[in-house]
This record gives sequence, structure tokens and C-alpha cells, in this order.
Amino acid sequence: MERDVVIRVRDLRVGYGEDIVLDQIAFDVYEGEIFVILGGSGCGKSTLLKSMLGLIPPFAGRVTIDGDPVLADEEKLKGIFRKIGVLYQGAALFGSMTVAENVALPIQAYTALPPESVNIIVQMKLGLVNLNGYENHLPSELSGGMKKRAGLARAMALNPKILFFDEPSAGLDPVTSAEIDALILHLNKNLGTTMVIVTHELQSIFAVAQRVIMLDKGTRGIIAEGDPEYLRDHSQNQAVKRFFNRQAEGLNRES
Amino acid sequence: MTGPEPDTGKPYQVSQGEDGEITLSVYGNMDAAGSASLLKDLKAEIKALSPSALTMDLKGVAYLDDFGTLVLVELRRMMSRSGGRFQIINPDPKIKNMLALLNFDAVAESVSVIKKRSPNLFIRIGDATLDLFSDLKYALFFLGSVCLSLVHVFLHPGSLRRDETISTMQRTGVDALPIVGLISFLLGLIMAFMSSVQLEQFGANIYVASLVSLAMTRELGPIMTAIIVAGRSGSAFAAEIGTMKISEEVDALFTMGFDPVRFLVVPKLVAAAIMVPVLTLFSDLFAILGGLIVGVSMLDLTPGAYIAQTLKTLTLFDIFWGVFKSGVFGILITWVGCLRGFQVRGGAASVGRATTSAVVSSIFLIIVIDSVFSVILRYWG
Repeated sequence: MERDVVIRVRDLRVGYGEDIVLDQIAFDVYEGEIFVILGGSGCGKSTLLKSMLGLIPPFAGRVTIDGDPVLADEEKLKGIFRKIGVLYQGAALFGSMTVAENVALPIQAYTALPPESVNIIVQMKLGLVNLNGYENHLPSELSGGMKKRAGLARAMALNPKILFFDEPSAGLDPVTSAEIDALILHLNKNLGTTMVIVTHELQSIFAVAQRVIMLDKGTRGIIAEGDPEYLRDHSQNQAVKRFFNRQAEGLNRES
Repeated sequence: MTGPEPDTGKPYQVSQGEDGEITLSVYGNMDAAGSASLLKDLKAEIKALSPSALTMDLKGVAYLDDFGTLVLVELRRMMSRSGGRFQIINPDPKIKNMLALLNFDAVAESVSVIKKRSPNLFIRIGDATLDLFSDLKYALFFLGSVCLSLVHVFLHPGSLRRDETISTMQRTGVDALPIVGLISFLLGLIMAFMSSVQLEQFGANIYVASLVSLAMTRELGPIMTAIIVAGRSGSAFAAEIGTMKISEEVDALFTMGFDPVRFLVVPKLVAAAIMVPVLTLFSDLFAILGGLIVGVSMLDLTPGAYIAQTLKTLTLFDIFWGVFKSGVFGILITWVGCLRGFQVRGGAASVGRATTSAVVSSIFLIIVIDSVFSVILRYWG
């Protein structure tokens, strides 16, 4: 079955100032799949994510989301933002609003629902992420994991077509982290949401990923692409092997 | 698997059964895009028919998310208010799954929409009073720890972060010089101009020089400089420390064994205590220059006469007094700015409040302290 491409990245070159972090990046994300971008620290995972979202203008190349080029024109960009939701690494909740207000913000802005219906939706969203009872808390009163879950509730407030996750399990306990993985799988299965996840948590990768690309600092590009279990067992690339088997670089563990 | 398409152009069909029972068959997607209008239409239908029982036929629904669930929840609540029955028939397994996951029954039964309740007047007054007291307590505590840190740095001059102090001196003092100079120059110009209108009537033009120099060195120079520094640097201190507080940098300092007050406040305090008086001297100078220009160009005074009159008026005490006051203002601005920074709790909005409050309270305290100084001088001098 030929699946539709929702995100297409071609010849992308991104970096900061004089430094090129990634070069000649090209890949496709298909509709309804869970796509994971992985790699060691500092290899440009988050940079790639941000340039896909239009937050960092690329030096060269282009990104299209659902056929529309990102950063081409204002109007199209608004249309794109309506289709995506992003869970930022630090959740990026607005500190001056309560959890419920944070989640309600996009719903009020983009639908014509009356306030009490918005309230019910917010309850359901918070129920999905197990945050019932924290409606009137300020983000500063929540723990790290709760903030992340509230951020997820906000990211999926409008049931976007594509959800982006920047390190969803960073700083979470294993249980919460597994819950977020389960939620990702559930949303993907029941709503058909396409997921683009940046992470380096091996357990998470094996739990959710259908297809991965691995970035490398040295080559500034993609060094592996495919099914994570296959890569773990069959990749010939030393860096890929080390990553999936948690081996330190240049250290002989036997000695 | 979709049923017959309705011909009304609406994504649903109403069929009435016996005893006022109705069946609503919905078609297509029940998602975020259409839920608002669907909900409105269906509510209107039910209001018009006021059925005794409602059956939702979801056979034709291809996709349902939580916005679709919301429509069902609202209709069920509407029916239970009017005492009618409600049921869902023919849901797709996927939809059934979705409803189960969203806790449809629980949500529909106990719609506990928790509103933020604002507390009553007495609680609010009590809270405000307690806040005020704890603020005052903290301000005093902070004053104490600033004094202790200063004593420590005085006893161990090596512990002062010299580079940080010098760069703060540059940001607080040198960078402020253009704006302080310009404002003082214009202030001198305005004062000379306004006073000359009166003094000219008595042929006392030469006293313009006395008025400008005395008013600037004694009062306006220190106050204007302090207000500018409060706006530029007091706010910056509050924002810097507030942001460090939020991002746990202050905690990091503490657990690394640094005293946050000594580390962050003392360099700023030293820098401001040195630079505000220096800026004040420049302010005096520029204002006298402004007065001189008005005097020479409009009042037929020679530069020599103007300067001689200025020197005759000013005593060393006037200048010293202004410089002393501005030193106190500098310390005050830093203390208030850093205090507000350390009081930040929560998020970005709190930093904004701290910054505003740092500027407002410093300006207020500058004026208050200046009046106290005037009274002291009146009875002492």
C-alpha cells in the first residue's frame, strides 16, 4: 500500500551563524506513521526539528508539510500551524495561565464552541493525560512530568494531523515515560495522527518507533534509516551499533 | 458501511418514532472542524422536538474524536436535564474504543466543570496583609544579608568578583553617560530659560547661573541621574536575577557553595555605589553647560561671567552633598532591584512584575529619601 507523504525534506542544510550542523538532509514522513529522529547529544536532532517547524530558517533546501512549503508565505504557514501540534522539551506552558487555560487557548481560538463545551473538551484532554483535578494549577505548581503531560494535552488540543515531540521522555520517571509512549501509540492508532519524535531514549524508541533516521555529528547527515530492531541487529555502521547497544566510544569495557 | 446520505445538506437525519422518541443519525466525521456547528444544529433540533428519548445512530460516522464525543456528552446532558432517555447505537469498534478511552459515561454523568472561585473580601484582605508582612520581613532579611555580604567583602576584598564588578560598572555607568548627559543638558537649558523670564524683569540675569548650578548639584542632578539609573539598571538587575531564579541558576549557585547574595548583589552594589555619584557629577556639569549656552546666547552674559558666578555660588559642600545622596540612591536602586529579582516565583509574568515593581519602588524610595535628606539638612545645616 502506497502511503501519502505528509512531510518531505529535501537537500536541507541548517546551522547557526557560520556553523553548519546538518547538511544534505533528505527524508519523507508518511501519513499515520511514528517516525523517530535519533542520534547522540549535539548531533542536531532538535535543530532539525526546529527547522522542520520553520523556527530556524535553513541555509538551503526545503521542507514541505502536507504539500505546502514551510516558510514560503504567511497565509500557508498559518494553515500548516493549524495541522500540527508540538510538545516542547520543557513543555513551554504559559506561566501566567492555569493548566486549563493553556489547553483551552487554541480551542477557543480555532473553534466556535461555547465556553462550557470548551471546558468539557479541556476536561477530556486532561483526562487523557491523567491530569484531572489540576485544572486551576499554574504550571509553576506542577512537577516536571505533569508539565510535560499538560504540554501534550495542549499540543493535541485540536487533534492535529501531525504531532511533533522534542524529547518526550527527557526528565521523566520510567512509569510516566511509558505512559506517554502508550498515549503516543493510542493516538496514532485511533486518530491516525502522524508522529515525529526526537529522542535518544532506547526503550522509548523500541516501544513506539515504526521507522527511524539516525543523525551523526561527524558526517553531519543521516547515517541510518529503517526499522529500529533491524538496525540494532544488522547494522554494519559502528556508530549505529554503539548507539543501539549502549556502548561507550573509544573505551574498552573489558579492560 | 455508511448509510444513505441525507438529502438535506446537513450531516445528520432526524427520524421520529412513537411516544415522542427520536433517532438522530449522524454521517461523516465528528471532529474538531465541524463539532461547533453540529452541536448547535442538534441542540436546536432537540429543543424544537423535545423528545422523551433520544437514540444516536452512529452507523454512518466514519471518524470520531473528542470533539465528536463532546457533542454526544452535551446531548446526553440535555436529555438527562429534561428527564429523557439517551442511548447510542451502532458504534464502530474504533469509535467504541474512543468513547471508552475518553471515559464517556463518567464525563457525561459528572460534568464537574471546576470554576476558579474567587475568595471573599475578608480572605482577600487577610491574604494581602499576610503578603505585605512577609514581603516586609523578606525585605529586611534581604537588607541584613546584603549588609553581611558587604562586611564580608570589606574584610576580604579578594572575594569581590572584580571582572563582574567592572563590567557592571560599564553597563550601569559608562553606557548610561550619553542619556544622562543629554537629559541633564536639556534640563539645564530649560531651567535657565524658565528662570531668565522672571529674573530678567529685575535685571538679575546673572543669577540664572546661581540658580541652575545650585539646583542641579543639590537636588535635580542626583534625582534625575538616580531615576535614569533606576529605569536602566534597576530593571535590568531585577530581570537578570528573576530569570536566574526561574531557571534554577540561583539554586545552582547555592548548592555550589556560593552565597547568592554575595555572588550576585555585591558586584552590582559596588558598581552602582561608585558609578551613580560619577554620573551625577557629569549630570551637574552638563546642566551647567546647558545653562551657560542659554546665558550666553539669550541673556547677554559672557561665558567668563557665567562661570565666575557659578563658582561663586557653589560651595564644596553642595557638590559633596549631591554626590553623597546619589551614592545612597545607587545603593537603594541596587537593593530594590535585586530584592525584586529574588522575590520572583513562577514564570515569565512574574519577572515582568518584578521589573516593573523594581523601577516603581526605586523611584518612590528615591523621592522619599531625598525629602528625608532635605529635612535633615534644614535642621542640621
